[in-house]
Amino acid sequence: MGKALSAMRRTVRLRPVGFVAALLIMWHVAAARQSVHLLPGPIDVTAGIAELARRGLLLKYVTASLFRVTWGFTTAAMLGIPFGLVVGWWKRFETGLNPLIQILRPISPLAWIPISILWFGVGDMAAIFLIFLASFLPLTVTAMNAVASIPAVHLNAGRNFGLSQFQLIRRVLYPAVAPQLVIGLRITLGIAWLVVVAAEMIAVNSGLGFLIVDARNAGTRYDLVVAGMVLIGLIGLLLDIGMRSLEKIKSLRWGYSED
Amino acid sequence: MNSSRQPMKGEQYFWPLLAALLFLAVWHLSVKWSGTKVFPSPFDVERGMAELVHRGLLVRYVADSLGRVAGGYSVAVLLGVPVGLLLGWYPAAAFVVNPTIQILRPISPIAWIPVSIVWFGVGNLAAIYLIFLASFFPIVVASMNAVRNVPSMYRRAGRNFGLSPAMLIAKVVFPASLPQIIVGLRIALGIAWLVVVAAEMIAIDSGLGYLVIDSRNSGKRYDLVVAAMILIGLTGLALDTMFRRIEKLKSVRWGFRYES
Amino acid sequence: MERTTAIAHVGSGHFAHGINSELTRQLQAEGIGMSFTRDGNLIRVLENINLEVAKGEFVCLLGPSGCGKSTLLNIVAGFIAPTQGHVRIGGEAVRGPDPRRIFVFQERGVFPWLTVEGNIAFGLSEIPKSERIQRIAHYVRLVGLVGFETTYPQELSGGMKQRLEVARALAVNPDMLFLDEPFGALDSITRLIMRGELLRIWEAERKTIIFVTHDIEEAVQLADRVVVMSARPARIQSVVEINIDHPRDISSRAYLELRDGIFEQIGLAHKV
Repeated sequence: MGKALSAMRRTVRLRPVGFVAALLIMWHVAAARQSVHLLPGPIDVTAGIAELARRGLLLKYVTASLFRVTWGFTTAAMLGIPFGLVVGWWKRFETGLNPLIQILRPISPLAWIPISILWFGVGDMAAIFLIFLASFLPLTVTAMNAVASIPAVHLNAGRNFGLSQFQLIRRVLYPAVAPQLVIGLRITLGIAWLVVVAAEMIAVNSGLGFLIVDARNAGTRYDLVVAGMVLIGLIGLLLDIGMRSLEKIKSLRWGYSED
Repeated sequence: MNSSRQPMKGEQYFWPLLAALLFLAVWHLSVKWSGTKVFPSPFDVERGMAELVHRGLLVRYVADSLGRVAGGYSVAVLLGVPVGLLLGWYPAAAFVVNPTIQILRPISPIAWIPVSIVWFGVGNLAAIYLIFLASFFPIVVASMNAVRNVPSMYRRAGRNFGLSPAMLIAKVVFPASLPQIIVGLRIALGIAWLVVVAAEMIAIDSGLGYLVIDSRNSGKRYDLVVAAMILIGLTGLALDTMFRRIEKLKSVRWGFRYES
Repeated sequence: MERTTAIAHVGSGHFAHGINSELTRQLQAEGIGMSFTRDGNLIRVLENINLEVAKGEFVCLLGPSGCGKSTLLNIVAGFIAPTQGHVRIGGEAVRGPDPRRIFVFQERGVFPWLTVEGNIAFGLSEIPKSERIQRIAHYVRLVGLVGFETTYPQELSGGMKQRLEVARALAVNPDMLFLDEPFGALDSITRLIMRGELLRIWEAERKTIIFVTHDIEEAVQLADRVVVMSARPARIQSVVEINIDHPRDISSRAYLELRDGIFEQIGLAHKV
């Protein structure tokens, strides 16, 4: 009985793999049946990735993209989160700044490209600035919302125990918002990753986004284009998984309801 | 939040106004003092906007961008919501499909541009496809989670009253998950708006995104660049506000906790 | 957010005196009134509440849900300012919350990001470490949470969370404890147990307690004096002295008479 059950469980666990495999097969067939052999099949893409590795470009481009994301994202976190906490804590700030934030939010970071090139020229700084922009407001808004959702009970209890404003912020506000901040960081990191690719397609000369544009322009190497897309997807997924593991820390886990 | 002081009546207008004036003042002064010849001051931007209106471009470009969003987004909704509902309803299906979704999601829609140009050529269709892609995944995930979060007691009550599975979904699960789906739709619309601008910057010849890039390329008209950015912000805000109105409708309001 | 506007009004009500001596009087609330406006309507929550509580007394504020008794407790604890009247504790006017009078909240008041030990230690940061450890151990034992010192609240039951909150409150050695329907979210069996526990703790460390409840049985089982409050706008309808020694036999004649008396006052028949 036990053996049959665990065998069944194994097949169930393999089903997603089977689904992916089925998609890959469909892709392969569709690509092979093209009249003009333009778009690559899965095998071409794998060969493309191998080629990139061989030419040393894989590591170089991945590092470049990650480098920009790290700089832009961390700066945005270090500035945006305290800023958001302050704005969320002092009502007057929030009332004042909210309309401004609401107008700036829908402006795609890419729309800032001309200005960032004007200020920083074409290169790393411009890309890092774009990622900073893309991450700053979402993190600020996350922090603001986190402060607003602290149950008044905790703040009242803190005041009851005689905490000063500063102590209240350090000992009640900060731990209370931590779980939500971590979620916000994860989501914003995902956004930053999307933007770095776009930024690289337009404004810089290295990185995975650049690879996609360059491979197409300089020789219509669509196998490399799709290889780039696959790499982007995989790394984005890894970043997401990495951030999710933060949510497992014991002193934060209380903030995530058991579903 | 930090005090039980009640805000005075006019306060909610005073502070934003003050903040806006400060912002404009800082902007204006820093342009003046840095002596830049290129970066526009608030007045330059305002004149730029007037020029756009005068040339009839304002309305036309906004309409172009909105049109593309409408195209891609509506298809994403029509396909994404049912797919999400099904995945939420059949956890086994979600289990199978989920890893694929997780891998495809982080691929920026912009990265799809070369491929979409191959399929659709340079033009509206490629942009609409990108918007569809960008909105599809968030909508599917939101709908899926919304269904999963419907308390089982609602489902049981429905079955207790003798509803078939189809009726159950239509009469219980769908209304119960509607608030969360709407939030997901609103967020996806925000994403769609971001992507249309990006798509227009790369692959199209009209629209607000194109205006941003073109103003710079053909004449370094940074006043028009900033004017376009402001328009993008305002239109995006308008879309978001419109959506939030929907969230206030009585039939879904129960799903949102508002502070009294 | 609710908007409140200061409104002055006068009314008449009962005096909840029970104490004569200035020395034993700890809390004195005079002429407390509370109103606010919502959507243009004036809502009077409390009218002319006069209340005195002696040191070490266990007083219950009893009334139907929504009558304003929680509001009164919040006023007395200093979280809200009354629109009329004032509160003095130990002769001083109450201006805000203070660690000398700790509020035990209606639900989920414990800090979820701290362990049991962390919660109890919350108000003890000014105390030297050795003494802190002693106090924590003492209160963990007192409320019956031995063995759970390093557990997080999300792993505790509702009753255990309430015990933790009481321990946290007692650890700072307050003069007064305010409890706002602390057992409301618990099942009735746990509630009975918790009442016994609260009395046990109270007899061990004789704090002045003001306890808000809508449960008549609970009030008669616990309190020295029951302050019966009317529905909104709340006034003090009557004050009932419970002169029965603990442990109280809830089937004794004295108990039942007092309980039924309160039933009648609130206008309820005691037959279902």
